[in-house]
Amino acid sequence: MTSAPALNSGLPLLSVLIFSPLVAAAGAALIGSERLLRWWTLACTTVIAAVSLPLWWNFNPATAAFQFREDHNWIPFLKIRYALGIDGISLLLVLLTTLILPLCVLASWRYITVRVKEFMICLLVMESAMVGVFCALDAILFFIFWEAMLIPMALLIGVWGGPRKVYAAIKFFIYTMAGSVFLLVALIALRLKTGSFSLEGMMGQPYGATFQLWVFAAFALSFAIKVPMFPFHTWLPAAHVEAPTAGSVILASVLLKMGTYGFLRFCLPITPHATHVFAPYLLALSAVAILYGGFTALAQSDLKKLVAYSSVGHMGFATLGIFVLNASGIEGAVLVMINHGVTTGALFICVGIIYERLHTRDLSAAAGIGKHVPVFTGFLGVFCLSSLAFPGTNSFIGEFLVLAGSFSHSKLLTICVVPGVVLAAAYMLRMLQRVAYGGTQNPDHHAIADLEFREIVTLLPLLVFVFWIGLHPQPFVHAMHATVLNLIQQVGHALPAAAAAVP
Amino acid sequence: MTLSFLQAFLPELVVLLGGLALFFVTLGESRAALARGVALATAVVALLAAVFCLRSTGVLFSGAYRVDAFSQILKVVLSAGFLAIVLLSGRLPDVRERIQPEYFLFLTISVAGLLMLVSCVDILALVIALECSSFPLYLMVPMRREREGQRSQMESAIKYIMFGVAANGIMLFGLSYLFGLTGTTSLPLMAAQLQPVLGSPLTIAGLGLAFCGLYYKLAVFPFHFWTPDVYQGASNETASLIASLPKIGAVAVLARLVSLAAPDQGTVALLLTVLAIASMLYGNLIALVQTDFKRLLGFSGIAHAGYTVVGFVTLSEAGFASSLYYITGYMLMVLACFVVISRVSRDGTNVAIEELAGLHRRSPLLALTLIVGVFGLAGLPPFVGFLGKLSILTAALAKGHLLLVVVTMVNAAIAVYYYLRVVREAIFGDPLANAAPIRLDTPTRILCVALVVAIVALGVAPATVIDALSQSIAGLNLPVAGVTP
Repeated sequence: MTSAPALNSGLPLLSVLIFSPLVAAAGAALIGSERLLRWWTLACTTVIAAVSLPLWWNFNPATAAFQFREDHNWIPFLKIRYALGIDGISLLLVLLTTLILPLCVLASWRYITVRVKEFMICLLVMESAMVGVFCALDAILFFIFWEAMLIPMALLIGVWGGPRKVYAAIKFFIYTMAGSVFLLVALIALRLKTGSFSLEGMMGQPYGATFQLWVFAAFALSFAIKVPMFPFHTWLPAAHVEAPTAGSVILASVLLKMGTYGFLRFCLPITPHATHVFAPYLLALSAVAILYGGFTALAQSDLKKLVAYSSVGHMGFATLGIFVLNASGIEGAVLVMINHGVTTGALFICVGIIYERLHTRDLSAAAGIGKHVPVFTGFLGVFCLSSLAFPGTNSFIGEFLVLAGSFSHSKLLTICVVPGVVLAAAYMLRMLQRVAYGGTQNPDHHAIADLEFREIVTLLPLLVFVFWIGLHPQPFVHAMHATVLNLIQQVGHALPAAAAAVP
Repeated sequence: MTLSFLQAFLPELVVLLGGLALFFVTLGESRAALARGVALATAVVALLAAVFCLRSTGVLFSGAYRVDAFSQILKVVLSAGFLAIVLLSGRLPDVRERIQPEYFLFLTISVAGLLMLVSCVDILALVIALECSSFPLYLMVPMRREREGQRSQMESAIKYIMFGVAANGIMLFGLSYLFGLTGTTSLPLMAAQLQPVLGSPLTIAGLGLAFCGLYYKLAVFPFHFWTPDVYQGASNETASLIASLPKIGAVAVLARLVSLAAPDQGTVALLLTVLAIASMLYGNLIALVQTDFKRLLGFSGIAHAGYTVVGFVTLSEAGFASSLYYITGYMLMVLACFVVISRVSRDGTNVAIEELAGLHRRSPLLALTLIVGVFGLAGLPPFVGFLGKLSILTAALAKGHLLLVVVTMVNAAIAVYYYLRVVREAIFGDPLANAAPIRLDTPTRILCVALVVAIVALGVAPATVIDALSQSIAGLNLPVAGVTP
């Protein structure tokens, strides 16, 4: 494999990925017909997904350095640069984003009937901002993309959502915004220490211990709200339940990853000392999130709420893996992030499919539809098994790695979170059993149609990934291995330096 | 000599000539349309002249008046704002047709005062320019039509005059101290002569009092009391003027006056810190419970004045440049909100936040303008409000004002809530039963698009503007720390 291309040379692939959705959105603004709009957005997102594939082929997994670099002057007065680049972790997340977007368009084909144009524009703007977050190597550029997601996402929830959509949208907006204000202060403080907003320049600097603690606290608040970690999770069920299917999928598959990605990109390499200080507390919160998410999901009768609370549990595994601070933990965490994107995204699409047919998400109302929609039930069964980390599916690999990492970190902690895995089996099988078979008092469902071609096309790619990652995870682990090792080194090595530094 | 004199002074001359023409128009009977045309032409020509004179330099009127990059950039901003306000004013539905020529005359004179204000480097000229920009406003507030349930214009006009005159009196008193200490009215000389006595209580008292006149213009605590009442009492168009242009002038003069305090002994920075925090907290907390959109903008304006003062606390060129950049962005954002107010309003009455309900159905362009303006005020990227806050906070943190920065960010978070209330009505709400679609005329459409583009452009590609501002500040040779923090 050749070495990574030099800075600013060749096609600026990342910029193309970031800005082509905006161009597509501008194109969508000129289209009048709703039918044409759907096809246009589907075509654009598919093309963007195809364009993102060369990232995978040309990525050099042997190095931990950022690749596909672009670096331009942007606002010299504030020392802000337009700097992009990806490493093994962001590569996977960028691909997840670009590949999931066409499925979001497909999932909202029938669901969205009003203001189709605005909906598609919001989706495309979201894509642009999400890819931007994962590619940005300048702190302010990151922050701008981070905040740029707020408005379109709030609109997705607030305009096309369910009955309490406005409440959910406002709550989502305020939570995220409140979290990010201190993120900005921390970034400015780092900029004044290092002289620029460059993320790489901020990493591995000998900051004083107290400074690190404060910066970490500001970061962690912002990212913990985004993940969301217990006890900052309360916006999530509201947002998930009210959002339209595509909104839920974006929220679950990509937006929640921003929080964990932030931990990996900011907290660990920039404030390693503080990471070690805070890790036990964050591990405890992760364990609480896993158990809390599991128990709460067990008690839900609304399908979407059930999946939403299962998200809290799954993301608990991701943060658990991050803060055990060893290679298998972090690799497992990244895999959990990807898997959660695939599986939970698929589950939300499944719930959306049920809702489109029954106009309710009530578990008892959906009881026993399996008899009439065998194809759908097949898909749902696989995704449920994947969600409970059944061996052979993707989540098994991720959670196994996380638990292995956690076991070598603390046996007690691992024993505490293992019931979470059992809970996942309990709530998922409960849902699957009810939906597929139900009981003696099933509502009459014989008029329900099985999946049509479009819906199969929506779910099939996700099914492929469930088994691909489940049976052959090596390429994914390989892509991020060097990056993760480098990250571990950054967390481990900076400690003595930080301890020796003068605050 | 004469030619360069003319060239340096061209934008002011254009506006003054426009004012003269408007004066003759007022002598006739019911010439509202003509007056509107003259005002529009004046604004367009003034903007062109300001752009044309962007690179002029010169010292006029025996050193009392300096034309440099700083003043010329602000003249472009002010004339652009003038043009926006004339376009926004439209047919002035809430001012009686018979007195509309006078309205435009006062508007033009006030802008002329502001154009002169940014060039004044002598405190006497400065006070005169300040009064010249203030007095027409005192008259424009009560020109609103009286009707059932709308009689507060006189009250707010009286409040505006009383506070204005009192603030100006205090300012003059402070300036008299400074004159007594230095024996000169020229600001550059004053700055040099104040250096030996900078720490003395008399200097600090003089400076502190001299700032008051500008606090009043900018609506900084404790000179803010007029703001919500005047916004509510004045017609929408007048409020849009009061909310935008004078603040730019105030910030420009504040940059000159605050720099007198450098190198700071801590007292002036402390004073400004306290006022900034008080303004932000007061404005934001009270804005939370407002129901009238103009009152909300009034209180949010107090908070934004607080953010602007944060830039001055730094006593650095970077801070001053950030404040100027911020207030320029603020002008655009608040004008965007006022365009929406004056077009949503029925016959020029005040607009409650509920009346914005379903604006996205009644007029998508207005809804877009509102969303951009309001989210910009809330400080969200990619709008100018975000970069403005970022540069102010960077400058403040560079000088070690951590507490102030944290308080500012907490305030920004509080403010999001009331801005979201506006957005919630406009975007998520359904139109009221009797609300018809709003038809916009072409000038309004142009204005909306221009404001949206400017707010986004200044937020995404601010390098040119912010560099020009910081270089112009550096060109003033203020006795403060350099541009790079």
